Amino acid sequence: MHTQIFRNFPANDRSNLIAILQDIQEIYGYLPEQALQDTADYLGMALSGVYGVATFYNQFRLTPLGENVIRVCRGTACHVKESANILRALECELGIKVGETTRDKKFTLESVACIGACSIAPVININNEYFGRLKTKDIPRILNVLRKEKAVKEQENIQSSVST
Amino acid sequence: MINLTINGIQVKAEENMTILEAAKSVGINIPTLCHMKDLYPTGACRICVVEVKGMNGLTPSCAFPVQEGMIVETNTPRVKTARKTIVELLVENHPQDCLICVRNKNCELQNLAETYGLREHRYVGKTKSHAIDISSPSMERDPAKCILCGRCVRTCNEIQKVGAIDFINRGFESNVTTPFNKGLNISECILCGQCILVCPTAALREKSSTKEVVNALMNKNIHVVAQIAPAVRASIGEEYNMPIGSNVTGQIITGLKRLGFKKVFDTNFAADLTIIEESAELIDRLSKNKNLPMFTSCCPGWIKYLEQKEPDLLKHVSTCKSPQEMEGAVIKSYYAEKMNLDPKDIYVVSIMPCTVKKFESERPELSHNHIPDVDAVLTTRELVRLFKTSGIDFDNLPEDKFDNPLGESTGAAAIFGTSGGVLEAALRTAYFKLTCENPKSPIFEELRGTEGLRSFVVKINGKEIKTAIVNGIGNVQSLLEKLKKGELEYDFIEVMACPGGCINGGGQPIHQDENRVKERVKALYKIDEKAKMRYSHENSSILKIYDEYFEEPNSRTAHKILHTTYVDRKKLIRVNAKH
Repeated sequence: MHTQIFRNFPANDRSNLIAILQDIQEIYGYLPEQALQDTADYLGMALSGVYGVATFYNQFRLTPLGENVIRVCRGTACHVKESANILRALECELGIKVGETTRDKKFTLESVACIGACSIAPVININNEYFGRLKTKDIPRILNVLRKEKAVKEQENIQSSVST
Repeated sequence: MINLTINGIQVKAEENMTILEAAKSVGINIPTLCHMKDLYPTGACRICVVEVKGMNGLTPSCAFPVQEGMIVETNTPRVKTARKTIVELLVENHPQDCLICVRNKNCELQNLAETYGLREHRYVGKTKSHAIDISSPSMERDPAKCILCGRCVRTCNEIQKVGAIDFINRGFESNVTTPFNKGLNISECILCGQCILVCPTAALREKSSTKEVVNALMNKNIHVVAQIAPAVRASIGEEYNMPIGSNVTGQIITGLKRLGFKKVFDTNFAADLTIIEESAELIDRLSKNKNLPMFTSCCPGWIKYLEQKEPDLLKHVSTCKSPQEMEGAVIKSYYAEKMNLDPKDIYVVSIMPCTVKKFESERPELSHNHIPDVDAVLTTRELVRLFKTSGIDFDNLPEDKFDNPLGESTGAAAIFGTSGGVLEAALRTAYFKLTCENPKSPIFEELRGTEGLRSFVVKINGKEIKTAIVNGIGNVQSLLEKLKKGELEYDFIEVMACPGGCINGGGQPIHQDENRVKERVKALYKIDEKAKMRYSHENSSILKIYDEYFEEPNSRTAHKILHTTYVDRKKLIRVNAKH
């Protein structure tokens, strides 16, 4: 699928590397290993160089995103409002470190510099929905809602497939 | 010419010279870490900073060109403090296990710490921790000891053009590693070890086989024999502060005997054998006009490169085993038979200037009935360590001679260790085979040189043989591209993965002397010059072994014992290879 991207860029010109990686990430949500190797071949670069660029920039991911992406704001205002504790609570609740995805691929936890909602600090963003003025004790409830919603949807899917 | 003042000394410098080079020309020492001669400066480490009058900050001298009327100070307190701080920060993020480090007393970071008088720990904080990469049979990578100077990355990418390692992540997390941190063994790495030679610390080093060798030597039931590569004898003296290019063959043999080796053979014997087999193969291919050009197969790094990058071209490579494997195979067949020994009870140790040879000795193709041709490979550096721990006073050793029959060799074999040597030796014998007489002079002067790609047309019996020499694996890709397009007009091509040939191999003594390749090569040519016999086909032991055992070059027995096959490795290391 990603090989179609290469048509938009000249071969053996490494100056387009970042643009190509961005387009690949647009398709998959992350950078698969095979896509990086194909990019290296197309641009006439060593794979190690492509991998180096992909790991240098925070915008690139090398693992797939979970179904729910939780972004914790670690900007100044949120920091003052102890967003570190929110992050810690999320890490404990999900059993993963920031930047990782849970084993069941349900949740990905990321930290971001500032999401521009300082008035409701500390704030997190789940699937582009904002949750502000958080306290650590709110975390389990929010995650449970997300888990339940998912379960309900799955139940509906099963029922609909049974009825048809 | 540009006039400038450095530390009050009037300096005349050429245009485009850097401050560093200008200072060096008048004997002013400026420390460097990331600097590499002939490569574009990166200015990454900042250890070479100097003060330039009229400029605000400190200036990296390795990356700044000289200008008319410039006034440079290299030793002001400000410069010294800056340099010392850099060294302190590097040292504090380093394991500091110098006493038990393989590079103890030969480490640029240690030297700098001494030069700038580090006497206390001024910075305490988080230090990096990384797992050691022991995946490859030849090399170890210890990123905790890496100071991120980037010399290995640049050697791999710009000189060797392999690109197995690069920087990943950023800031404190930066690290030099293989793609996806998978380990050297599953990367594009050809294990040439050129990165080891430029590493200022022990972040890159060979995987030692010393323990296995010592265990074998202790075992009374095993017949342990050694073989010495041509390039080792011209370089090992450097580890004992002898001048570069000292030939110490005799001392190495005595040293090995004292370590307990039953016999010490010469890889040069197998080099002569290689020449007989390879020249016969070349003449055969020329007459059939099949699979031309023919590539030499002595360099396992080159073989690994081709297997990984262009496996379709493997048919062009000579099927001859490399000399170390030939010697091993002959020891475990011909010699075993003669001595009435079971090949199982023979343990062959090769002393090599090379790290890939360790990988080569583990190749399943290079074994017979699950008994490897060569059991262990020691690099030049490992042998020195073994000598030291065994109380061998190398400087005062008497000289000894190689054991026969696998120790006799000619001058043609001695030059195998340098770029162009294999081709020259092969042409000497091919000339004889095609015309039934030796060439007027054994020296093919045109083949000698230091350029990355040299070509030469030799006329034998009115027939032109177009030859080429690739010196350093970084120069081979363009040639392979042409070969794939069918534009290549050569008949015989020698490839050596290390710049300069085996003499500058990844297992050789580590120091940054610019003349090391030149001087070591001179020593090899001197051995050739002084040799009684200079043509491989004149080696009486070789003639005898064909008489008694192999019958003729490329015979059935010769093919079984002296030739090998190659593997398509592209699909092993690449996720997108077509299966």
